[in-house]
Amino acid sequence: MTSEIDGPGEAKATEVLGSADISRALTRIAHEIIERNKGGQDVVVLGIPTRGVPLAGRIAQRLADIEPEIEAHAILGTLDVTMYRDDLHKQPPRAIGQTDLPAQGIDNKVVVLVDDVLFSGRTIRAALDALKDLGRPRSVQLATLIDRGHRELPIRSDFVGKNLPTSLSERVFVRLEEIDGRDGVFIAGGDK
Amino acid sequence: MKHLLNTADLSLDEAILLLDTTAQMAATQSREIKKLPTLRGRTVVNLFFEDSTRTRISFETAAKRLSADVINFSAKGSSVSKGESLKDTALTLDAMGADAVIIRHQASGAPHILAHSGWLDVPVINAGDGTHQHPTQALLDAFTLRRHLGGELVSAGELPSLNNGLGGDLRGRKVAIVGDVLHSRVARSNVYLLHTLGAVVTLVAPPTLVPVGAETWPCEISYNLDEVLRDWQPDAVMMLRIQRERMGSAGGGFFPSPLEYTRKYGLDEKRLGLLQDHAIVLHPGPMNRGLEISARAADSHRSVIVEQVSNGVAVRMAALYLLLAGETHSNDTPAKAGF
Repeated sequence: MTSEIDGPGEAKATEVLGSADISRALTRIAHEIIERNKGGQDVVVLGIPTRGVPLAGRIAQRLADIEPEIEAHAILGTLDVTMYRDDLHKQPPRAIGQTDLPAQGIDNKVVVLVDDVLFSGRTIRAALDALKDLGRPRSVQLATLIDRGHRELPIRSDFVGKNLPTSLSERVFVRLEEIDGRDGVFIAGGDK
Repeated sequence: MKHLLNTADLSLDEAILLLDTTAQMAATQSREIKKLPTLRGRTVVNLFFEDSTRTRISFETAAKRLSADVINFSAKGSSVSKGESLKDTALTLDAMGADAVIIRHQASGAPHILAHSGWLDVPVINAGDGTHQHPTQALLDAFTLRRHLGGELVSAGELPSLNNGLGGDLRGRKVAIVGDVLHSRVARSNVYLLHTLGAVVTLVAPPTLVPVGAETWPCEISYNLDEVLRDWQPDAVMMLRIQRERMGSAGGGFFPSPLEYTRKYGLDEKRLGLLQDHAIVLHPGPMNRGLEISARAADSHRSVIVEQVSNGVAVRMAALYLLLAGETHSNDTPAKAGF
């Protein structure tokens, strides 16, 4: 299926996940988080801007639906990693996003980082560095909607929505209701 | 944006990006670990030809909080006192591998020459040149104003959140800038920046302290402080320091006596009483207590003078970040696909 998206560059892209697929994947991830941590105590969900933030919000809401003692807003935060990136000097300066931790902090918590696509792993490395300056979590786990491979660092995702084998010339776009007005994961480009 | 020399050059988008980045930098400064690794390995030179305490320390703190190395250079005790020219100083700094130069100079335009002469090819930040410009001071004033007046209005004395006004400008806000406009680079920088941000500015000063040509600036001019405070009802009053060191002996004849100046243009409790509930008072420091501002006014709940100083570090961090972090400029913006 080919559809129009507002991606940079390509006008045509193939949809690989629809709105219902994303919703199912996030519900499964929420259950896996509860299962892995034997409940939801001490779990803190931190979204990485831009699109990790709404995904983290949805996961926190699902955790609250599963475990009644969890309140979504009390475990939800955002973690901006811009100032910890290792590619700052290769790009025009990026605008710095917001970092908001839940009131309870992250010391001795189980922090679940949430991002849309796991690719080189460099964003997550930056996130781990940023986290280190903010406190000392008991453990850090990673949830990503898409794992597209091509890691450049020894980093893996604990909770994956969908593994999407790609070639380096392809591009993966995640579009979310909260930011883009619609849900979907698209793939574009490639040698065809 | 390659240099930060003059607030008149800043577009609205650039100004808002600087202020928004400042808000994020300020947020990091309330953490236990304030240092960020962002500019690790970069060298920033503080080139100060004129005395300064708060600006130099503020720039040094900002650079260190971003993990840059800082070299302090002041004219006293350097080869400048042996007669070295600005050009040779610049060439020396270039040879030493400076990645950015922060310059304060007694001559208006010196930062511009340093940036555009080709002596060295690094970002230049103007930290005050003569009676011309002081852009980071204007930015920290604008940030302080936006935090208090840009979003929801709160009564003076309450501290709004750092995000109040985020992404916005100062459209329609009224700011009175009062005092020694003639010698003030802070006033010049503020007039242009606040105008870009949509605020309305009135300069209030005795006619002797209004520079020739001020009528071409994007602002109003008044000679009567009481009238402006009572009838115009500004949202903020920015007091300027009477720069006696630039006035020559016996006050230079700009006003008959300090007492008369204070009576007509000093901010005291009575004048504070004319202001609206949310109005705030700013001063770039150092203050002449009892001359342009009374001690009561300086310490009143409306005063945000101490907050201005702490915002100064965040503003300078933002300027250093935006000028230095992406130094190898390229025009193709790689898409954030997959990161």
